[in-house]
Amino acid sequence: MAKEKEQKSEEKKSLAEKTTVSRRTILKALAGLPVFGIFAYKVIEKRSADQYKKRQVLEELGINEIEVPEEKKSETRKKGDLLRVGIVGYGNRAAALAKGLGFIHPEEAENKKRDDTLADWLSQENLNVALTGICEVFDLHAEKGLATARNELHPGGGAGVNLPVKRYRHYHEMLESNEIDAVVIVTPDHHHAQMTIDAVQAGKHVYCEKSLIRTEDELYQVYNAVKNSGVVFQLGHQISKNVIFQQAKEIIEKNILGKISLIEATTNRNTASGAWIRHLDNDGNPKPGNEKTIDWDQWLGSRPKVPFSIDRYYNWTKWFDYSTGLIGQLFTHEYDAVNQLLRIGIPKSVVSSGGIYYWKDNREIPDVLQCVFEYPDRDLTLMYSASLACSRQRGRVFMGHDASMEFGASLSITADGDSTRYKEKISEGIVDPSSPMFSYNPGSGKIDAVTSATEKYYASRGLTYTYMNGRPVDVTYLHIKEWIDCIRNGGEPTTNIERSFEEGVACMMAHKSYIEKRRVEWDPVKKKIV
Amino acid sequence: MKDNERHTSLQLTVLVVLRFLIGWHLLYEGIAKLLNPYWSSIEFLMESKWILSGFSEWIISNSGVLNTVDFLNTWGLIAIGAALIAGLFMRTAAISGAILLFVYYLVNPPMIGLEYAMPSEGNYLIIDKTLIEAVALFALAVFPTGSIFGLDMFLTQFKKRIKKPVKKETE
Repeated sequence: MAKEKEQKSEEKKSLAEKTTVSRRTILKALAGLPVFGIFAYKVIEKRSADQYKKRQVLEELGINEIEVPEEKKSETRKKGDLLRVGIVGYGNRAAALAKGLGFIHPEEAENKKRDDTLADWLSQENLNVALTGICEVFDLHAEKGLATARNELHPGGGAGVNLPVKRYRHYHEMLESNEIDAVVIVTPDHHHAQMTIDAVQAGKHVYCEKSLIRTEDELYQVYNAVKNSGVVFQLGHQISKNVIFQQAKEIIEKNILGKISLIEATTNRNTASGAWIRHLDNDGNPKPGNEKTIDWDQWLGSRPKVPFSIDRYYNWTKWFDYSTGLIGQLFTHEYDAVNQLLRIGIPKSVVSSGGIYYWKDNREIPDVLQCVFEYPDRDLTLMYSASLACSRQRGRVFMGHDASMEFGASLSITADGDSTRYKEKISEGIVDPSSPMFSYNPGSGKIDAVTSATEKYYASRGLTYTYMNGRPVDVTYLHIKEWIDCIRNGGEPTTNIERSFEEGVACMMAHKSYIEKRRVEWDPVKKKIV
Repeated sequence: MKDNERHTSLQLTVLVVLRFLIGWHLLYEGIAKLLNPYWSSIEFLMESKWILSGFSEWIISNSGVLNTVDFLNTWGLIAIGAALIAGLFMRTAAISGAILLFVYYLVNPPMIGLEYAMPSEGNYLIIDKTLIEAVALFALAVFPTGSIFGLDMFLTQFKKRIKKPVKKETE
């Protein structure tokens, strides 16, 4: 037994010797440790160097870390506060506005569920709105509107309000109804002014899509009608609700750009849809709609009688009878962005030029257009340059003596190489004029499920989503919410009738200049374009 | 100490240095992504051409998938980089790293006829640095050094301890 024990302990000893690891081996095994040490040290060093440079620039600019504004919750929500809204015209844009109000078509809800964006929509606030009327001349669109109004899926916890919804054949019937408190006008442009005037006179609050007017006379009429009424009016320019816009405002207020003497606003699109050719589906077949399903007379309204045309119905922007083309559809958003930031107001003079250079179809509106707006009192020129035949990305640029700012879906400021203010910092190497010294891109890497080229264009101008607390928020929702908050609590919406009037004058001047092929001026005494 | 006998110390040093360098690179790629709240693989994937373009589109079109891909990318790079430096699970890390890099290569390979909007920092024809790094990682997997200059040594020892008595019994 003793021998056996001895043998066993010897065995153990030799095994232990074999498996015991020498100090040298352990040290070798830990060879990675100093590498980690150096790595960590260098990462921290790089971080603090980056932050030092950033701080230097931010201190120089006088802006501290970006404060992302939180979404304002509506202040009152009494039970009697339920607002009954009717929508006039129910196309794609109306569906987007309905989503802002808290209503979604069941099919779109399914799509949103599939691409994982439904949760973002559901996290919108419940605005306590009921969709009680849809006015449409086209049966198919009316059905979509009704199905949307009846869908019981709502954001903000889901307990939305579904009151009975009625289809109106004519907007006058809707305006006469006691079941409507406010209207959202989303028809083709040639109806906007008259509908707004009639709605205001019927005492309904109005949210109207751009462009508000098509002629100078309409502008004065609609201005007077809204001005002399007690209704809350908002025009559909949602840019001011983008977080980026708030940033741009801060930058302008702090005079970071120096004296701004030129602003370049642009449009570049290069697709048929972007050029307002939208009457064919993806397979090249005409989209639905004919004389039987569309009330063509009512669609034309006061415009010259022409036979039914699917082309005119879907692509109305192409004709001056129904719109002012690029000016009314896209420049209005650009003007609003600039006017909300700088309050430039009505220009002294405008020169427009351009032509139909690419889309040689039956259109009247130009596909290449430049409009130059002079503001001598502000020492400033606003230039709008648009092409529907090239998608080269050109931003919206504010050019100052010390720096330029480009902003759309993101914002960047680049110091000017010949700046007076940043001269020292440039020579010290802290500010590099060849790349942005400050940029802010809250949505980078986030998905908006933006698919079509036209949607991408809107996204790039900051007109679709903004980011609050890390999640995308629809700016249209924020804009329509502001209107509703003003109806309930008083106050002026951002794009009120004054801003709309200034925009209307600028647009009419640009349009008149293009049509009459001459420089037009604003007479501030007679309040007329001459 | 079998590996030691197979390689000269110069060969071993070169292999370990290569392991540290690639580990450092991948670890910092991961850390940089982690520290940048705005980073996403979307821009890289949007540029995708060639055989993985459909796959990339699928990732982009689905924000849930994209978020997962971003998360796995960041933490995958950190884990692989750290494992290479530490020499822990080195063979697994090297092979996973090689596969990951090979996928990066396939997303944007410099094939003839493919044009990318983002300019590359060098000039490449079919072969680029990503592919070379992937193959270098394969080389490291084939010549593992983790059990000598790395924490895999402890794993090897642990395995030996478990194995030894078992061997005794069978003898």
